[in-house]
Amino acid sequence: MGGVRVLVGTRKGAFVLCSDGKRKDWRVAGPYFPGWEIYHLKGSPADPDRIYASQSSGWFGQLIQRSDDGGASWQPVGNDFTYKGVPGTHQYYDGTPHPWEFARVWHLEPSLDDPDTVFAGVEDAALFCSRDGGKTWEELAGLREHGSGPSWQPGAGGMCLHTIVLDHSNPHRIFVAISAAGVFRSDDDGETWRPVNKGLRSGAIPDEDAEVGHCVHRLARHPSRPEVLFMQKHWDVMRTDDAGESWTEVSGDLPTDFGFAIEVHAHEPETVYVVPITSDSEHFPPEGKLRVYRSRAGGNEWEPLTKGLPQANCYVNVLRDAMAVDSLEECGVYFGTTGGQVYASPDAGDSWAPIVRDLPSVLSVEVQTLP
Amino acid sequence: MIRVVLPAQLRELAQVGKEVQLEVKGEATKRSVLDALEAAYPVLKGTIRDTRTKERRAFVRFFACDDDYSHTSADEPLPIPVATGEEPFFIVGAMAGG
Repeated sequence: MGGVRVLVGTRKGAFVLCSDGKRKDWRVAGPYFPGWEIYHLKGSPADPDRIYASQSSGWFGQLIQRSDDGGASWQPVGNDFTYKGVPGTHQYYDGTPHPWEFARVWHLEPSLDDPDTVFAGVEDAALFCSRDGGKTWEELAGLREHGSGPSWQPGAGGMCLHTIVLDHSNPHRIFVAISAAGVFRSDDDGETWRPVNKGLRSGAIPDEDAEVGHCVHRLARHPSRPEVLFMQKHWDVMRTDDAGESWTEVSGDLPTDFGFAIEVHAHEPETVYVVPITSDSEHFPPEGKLRVYRSRAGGNEWEPLTKGLPQANCYVNVLRDAMAVDSLEECGVYFGTTGGQVYASPDAGDSWAPIVRDLPSVLSVEVQTLP
Repeated sequence: MIRVVLPAQLRELAQVGKEVQLEVKGEATKRSVLDALEAAYPVLKGTIRDTRTKERRAFVRFFACDDDYSHTSADEPLPIPVATGEEPFFIVGAMAGG
C-alpha cells in the first residue's frame, strides 16, 4: 500500500507528518529547528531518505540542513551563498537601483537522479547548485546575468526565486520563476537563460505584456507532459503547451484568479488545483470560505472542493509552496495555511480533513510517497 | 581562556551549553574571539558575522562588562576581565520582535 511523508516548513520550525496509504491516522514529529523559519524542505526523488531543508532567521542568517534518514536526524551543511563576480543592481521597490544582496533560500529542488545534487532558489533572485550534498554552493550566474536582471524588482515578499522545475524527459532543461520578473528557461543545464513570458499580461506594470516584470507566484507540471506548465500568477491562472513559448489564460469561472499555490494531479495531467485568494490586498479566501478549486479540463472550468474545509469565518492564506500531491493510486492532495492547519485529501480533493490544526504559520508543504 | 555566552538558537546549533570556553591566540578582540569560536564550532560560520566581509549581522549584539561592544572596532581589545576569563563575552540576538 505504501505510505506518505509530509514535510512542512513553518515560520517557527519544521514538522514531519507520516501516515500509511489510507492517510487517515497521522504521526506528527517536530518541531525540528524550533524558532527558525523553515522556508522549504524537500526530499530527493532518487533517495527518499535524503531531505534538504532551508533554515533561516532574521538574526542568524541562512543554514541548510540535510537528513540522510528520512528526517529523523539532521546535520547542517554549507551556508555560503556568494554571488558570482560583482552582482550589480536590480530595481528596488521605489524604482532605484539596489545592490544584489543575499537574504535567504526560498526553495530547494533536489536533482531527479542524484541525491547529492540540489538546486536552491534564493532572494535576491538567483539560482545556486550544490553537487556535494549541500556542502558547497555555486551560482548559475547565467540567469542573473542574461540581460534583464537590472530591471527585475521585488514582489511584496521580496525578490525571490521561488520555483524550480526540472525536466524528467530532458535533463538539460530547467524552468525557474521569480517574483516579480517572470519565468525563465534554460536548455543547457543552467548555463544560459531566456525569459519565456509571452502571453502574460500584468496590469500593475507599465507595459502589461512586457518580456519581464510579471509577478509569477508558482508553476506546476505533470512529469508525463513536459511541455505543459500551469501557472498561478499574481492575478490570472495560465497554461502553456509549448514549454513557455506562449501562455494562455485559463482562469475561466474561478471566483477570483488571484492566488499563490497551484498543483497538478499525480496521474491526471489535465487535473489542476488552485486555492483562490480574494485579492492582492486581501490575502484570504473569498467570503471567508476555504475552497480548493479543481479543473479536470486543464483549466477554464473549475469546481469548488469544500467537503471538510471551513466554509465560514476562514481568513487564512495558502502560500505558493504550501500545496503538494502524493502519487499513491488514489492521488492525495495536501496544503498548509498561514493559520497553521495542514489539510489532506486522500481522494483527489473530494474530501478533506486536517492532519494538524495549530502549527505555526505554514510556509511550505511537500509530500514524499514511500514504498 | 575566554568565556563566551551564546544565544539559545546558536547553542542548539552548536550543540553546546550556555557558555563555551575558548583558547584565543594573541590579544582578545572581537575578531580573535569570533575566529576562535568559528574554528571550534564551524557550524556558526555565517550566523554571527558575514562569512566574507566579517561584518556583524544586523540583529546580533556583543556585550561585555555591562557595555555594548556591537559598534566598536573588531580589533579593539576587549576589557581585561573578558580577556582573563573573569567575565564572559556575550553574543546576543537583538530585541527585534519574533
